[in-house]
Amino acid sequence: MSALTLTNLCKSFGGLHVTRNVNLNVAPGERRLIIGPNGAGKTTLFNQITGELTPDSGQIALLGSDITRVPSRRRPHLGMARTYQIITLFPQNTIVHNVSLALLGLSPLRWNPFIDLKRQGHITERAHEALKRVGLGHIAERPLSQTSYGERRRVEIAMALAQNPKVLLLDEPFAGLSIDERHDVHELLMAIPRDVTMVMIEHNMDVALEFAERITLLHFGEVIVEGTRAEVVADPRTREVYLGH
Amino acid sequence: MKTRIIALLLALVALVTVPYWMPGAYYINVTSQILFYAIFALGLNILAGYGGLVSLGHAGLLGISAYAAAYLLHAGFGHPVAIIIALIAGLISMAVYAVLSLRTTGIGFIMITLALGEIIWGLAYRWISITNGDNGINVHSRPMPFGFSLASPTAFYYATLVVFLVCIVIVTIFVRSPLGAALMGTRDQPRRMNALGYHVWAIRFWACMLSGLLTAIAGVLFVYYNQFISPQAVDLTASAEALLMVISGGAGTLLGPIVGAALVVIVKSVVSGFIERWNMLLGAIFVVIVIFMPEGLVPGTARLWRLAWRQFGTSRDDDAAAPSKAGAEQ
Repeated sequence: MSALTLTNLCKSFGGLHVTRNVNLNVAPGERRLIIGPNGAGKTTLFNQITGELTPDSGQIALLGSDITRVPSRRRPHLGMARTYQIITLFPQNTIVHNVSLALLGLSPLRWNPFIDLKRQGHITERAHEALKRVGLGHIAERPLSQTSYGERRRVEIAMALAQNPKVLLLDEPFAGLSIDERHDVHELLMAIPRDVTMVMIEHNMDVALEFAERITLLHFGEVIVEGTRAEVVADPRTREVYLGH
Repeated sequence: MKTRIIALLLALVALVTVPYWMPGAYYINVTSQILFYAIFALGLNILAGYGGLVSLGHAGLLGISAYAAAYLLHAGFGHPVAIIIALIAGLISMAVYAVLSLRTTGIGFIMITLALGEIIWGLAYRWISITNGDNGINVHSRPMPFGFSLASPTAFYYATLVVFLVCIVIVTIFVRSPLGAALMGTRDQPRRMNALGYHVWAIRFWACMLSGLLTAIAGVLFVYYNQFISPQAVDLTASAEALLMVISGGAGTLLGPIVGAALVVIVKSVVSGFIERWNMLLGAIFVVIVIFMPEGLVPGTARLWRLAWRQFGTSRDDDAAAPSKAGAEQ
């Protein structure tokens, strides 16, 4: 059984076909890299997988279950988590509150209007654990507005990991990071256990190629090359549309 | 923390002793008005401040509860029935409001709530068989909970104070709860909240219901205080005034709407006795607040206080360092 399967996925905006018959089969525990030039439809594909966009046709299956029509808010409950290309956090709150919100999202407690959130020790404890995992345990109580870009990127990953996902979608996790920060995030991603399947969009090929086991190259919404790292890098079409000569 | 508890206790003592130090019944009545308008503003603040959903039709909701209570009392029903049905009517109306207006956010939400508020105003004005049109409905008596008559300004003030304190506790508990945190999350990053597994629409809907409950309570107090309701109470100006209370005091804070309500009611009821063009004064005050404290009076004052305290600390450190520096130079 695949962790994530896309079958003949199509999406158009008016006359513009942004996803054309995309087929993707990601095995459990796999590290899949999706590459392609700007405008290839990578983020649009992610948005369809997470349910933010509804595909025109085709099917999406998560761990063998068809989720094509499942609302996006239900998908995290089924084991899917994502990070965003443009960091999307809660800057007015502390780091630990951000992660607590991620934990609450999957808990029935989120509907409770009577209890004091700060007194929910088990939520706070788990949030601290998730932050320790990404190396931010020492600054957990710091307001997010007082953190660096790299730290915010790690908060995003901590929020996703806190939800114990089966499939983690990472949209350009290295974008905007310094060399050191990139190294830290890379180490962090490599340390994620194999029970989490990861699909990543990334332009930074130095770190991304190290991460990827299989690569899918998208061009104008179509999968034009797919295979192992070596196969895709060696393919002349990859050089032509993406890597350059 | 200790300072906050002391401040709260002092505020509570001040509120409980209002009838003893206020100069006359008129001012006790003004304080009652501040309290029920504060409940109204707290209700609007749940949406505008904590939910990021600015409503320009909330006076319509207040009016529905007030009209329901007045109509039932006029028709001969008892106070308990009138109050309960008025609250239920307010909640049902809020549910309808929410279903219609939560299809959108931002400007769209403002415009839909504005339109709904205007529809209610139109009904209050034109559905004469129910609302008595421009003449309004008179309420001839106030309730007597546990045998205590609320006819006097002092008795009504204490009844309003009890309801006000209960409302404050409800809002405080809500704001600190997971659902309150989720509501603030939907205000800041609705897309992210959705991706984290939250049902953004449903969270906003329940926030609307709490806002509707507080608004309905304020509506019942309003009609009992004035013993009269007319279309004027539900017009756009009334909704805008409530929004002014929230924004001027500090949206998304607990104390802000209360301070905002006090400001608006005092200018409207007290200052207007001395200044004919009190509307202009209120506008000018609002402009000054927006320029110097765009976040509202309560958070703005806290910010300025912290700034002044820091500067005072810096100047004290400089003074302490100056003699030792002079000594070192010698």
